[in-house]
Amino acid sequence: MIPLSGDIGNAKGIVRENTGSFETHRGTSTLKRGFAHMLKNGVVMDVTTVEQAQIAEDAGAVAVMVLDKLPADVRKAGGVARTASIRIIEEIMDSITIPVMAKCRIGHVYEARVLAETDVDMIDESEVLTPADEFHHIWKWDFTTPFVNGARNLGEALRRIEEGAAMIRTKGEPGTGNVAEAVIHIKNVNSELRRIKSVYDSGDEQDLVSIARELKVSYSLVEDTASLGRLPVVNFAAGGISTPADAAYLMTLGCDGIFVGSGIFKSDDAKERAQAVVLATTFWEDPDKVKEAQKMVDERQSMLGLDTKNLELRMQERGSTA
Amino acid sequence: MTGVNIGILSIQGDVAENVSATRMAMDELGIEGVVSEVKNPEQISDLDGLVIPGGESTVIGTLSLVSGSLKKIKEKIASGMPVLGTCAGMILLSKKAKDRVVGEMEQPLLDHLDVKIERNAFGRQKDSFEADLSLEKIGISKFRGVFIRAPSVIDIGKDVEVLSRFNEKIVAIKQGNVIGTSFHPELTADLAVHKYFVTLVQKKN
Repeated sequence: MIPLSGDIGNAKGIVRENTGSFETHRGTSTLKRGFAHMLKNGVVMDVTTVEQAQIAEDAGAVAVMVLDKLPADVRKAGGVARTASIRIIEEIMDSITIPVMAKCRIGHVYEARVLAETDVDMIDESEVLTPADEFHHIWKWDFTTPFVNGARNLGEALRRIEEGAAMIRTKGEPGTGNVAEAVIHIKNVNSELRRIKSVYDSGDEQDLVSIARELKVSYSLVEDTASLGRLPVVNFAAGGISTPADAAYLMTLGCDGIFVGSGIFKSDDAKERAQAVVLATTFWEDPDKVKEAQKMVDERQSMLGLDTKNLELRMQERGSTA
Repeated sequence: MTGVNIGILSIQGDVAENVSATRMAMDELGIEGVVSEVKNPEQISDLDGLVIPGGESTVIGTLSLVSGSLKKIKEKIASGMPVLGTCAGMILLSKKAKDRVVGEMEQPLLDHLDVKIERNAFGRQKDSFEADLSLEKIGISKFRGVFIRAPSVIDIGKDVEVLSRFNEKIVAIKQGNVIGTSFHPELTADLAVHKYFVTLVQKKN
């Protein structure tokens, strides 16, 4: 089981107050990471309009992620991609009952502040948008609102967790309709986790210290993660998922759930596809049910997709060295 | 089979936390039996007790309807099987639910607890909170309540017992062998609520 504790001593995002006759705490790790735990085995869908958000909710999405443009359109449009219009985020929050997330630019502390004030349920500090700070991510402990971050390997994942991320997702290669990169990222994380677990089990602390240096994170976080044998927060797959079988495959690799970006609303059968991806994620262990889900979609309606080898823009590389 | 057979509805949400809390509660009380994740009607029909975890009630409800589990759970409740529903689980056990902002909801429910639920009653995630509660009626004087986009109970029928309040809001209830909490006992190290539940299952068994 994943532990929920992990607060740093002076997390400014924790609010202590009196509510009537009770003393309450908001913004603790238990609440932020706990929120992510409630999403497990679910599908978070990228949306740009109220109509899409309603389709997502009706299909059984566990949350929606609001963007100005779907990642495939960001790729096409070029220019600078920023956080979505606040007015649209608010309209979506007022029209559905499931959690609403939104993306801010990497390192853009004030886009994140604005989203927190808007009261979104989770902020995605995302490589899909144009980074605002090449060298620093947001110090997420300062926020009461939880964050999710992308990662391609264990080092990135642990650095984001050390900055206060309450949830991790693979980066994949967004907007390509191609799961190949997400598969690589989750396998990278899994194999590095196996490595540090075996070092931990062998009792070789010196080797664990050198791993912490290599990953550029604190020894204590590496030690905790190694003892768990998994990331200390919920870990979803994201980037290029387009079909029910894509979602089910990533679940078999040990992901806790799925983000679908362009895959649904850049297809020509969005409604059926949204339902089918949810079904395949829920019942991923049952090939017959995944087949039924896959049957609900028509491959001729899938987004065309891109080969990830010759891309002009590799979104996954954004913020990866920080 | 000896001992009790308790299932955790494993459609979506914090299933593993409830498996672990239920398992540990049984071990500490010395109650024998199995705890397993259940997804389909066949698995549910063998159970002596069921936990419906936290998650998104719309998702758990819709997919349980599709798989036929919803109908099976209803039958089992009617035959007296104890059920613990935390957060989304309590919403699913109720007769009626509305959302604080969006209003009346048409979502699949188990239609058992004679209450109306207000979803997201305390606000959005930023307003999620922890506080010390008491559930004196079931012998728990202090319990850390973890409320995550939590619902509250707004109307209660005469057969429903109130187990806990947070200021004016009702946050834990019991009707017969069915318990609902707004908060997540499975997210704390305190096993008191799960212990109470497994004792209920053992007595019924």
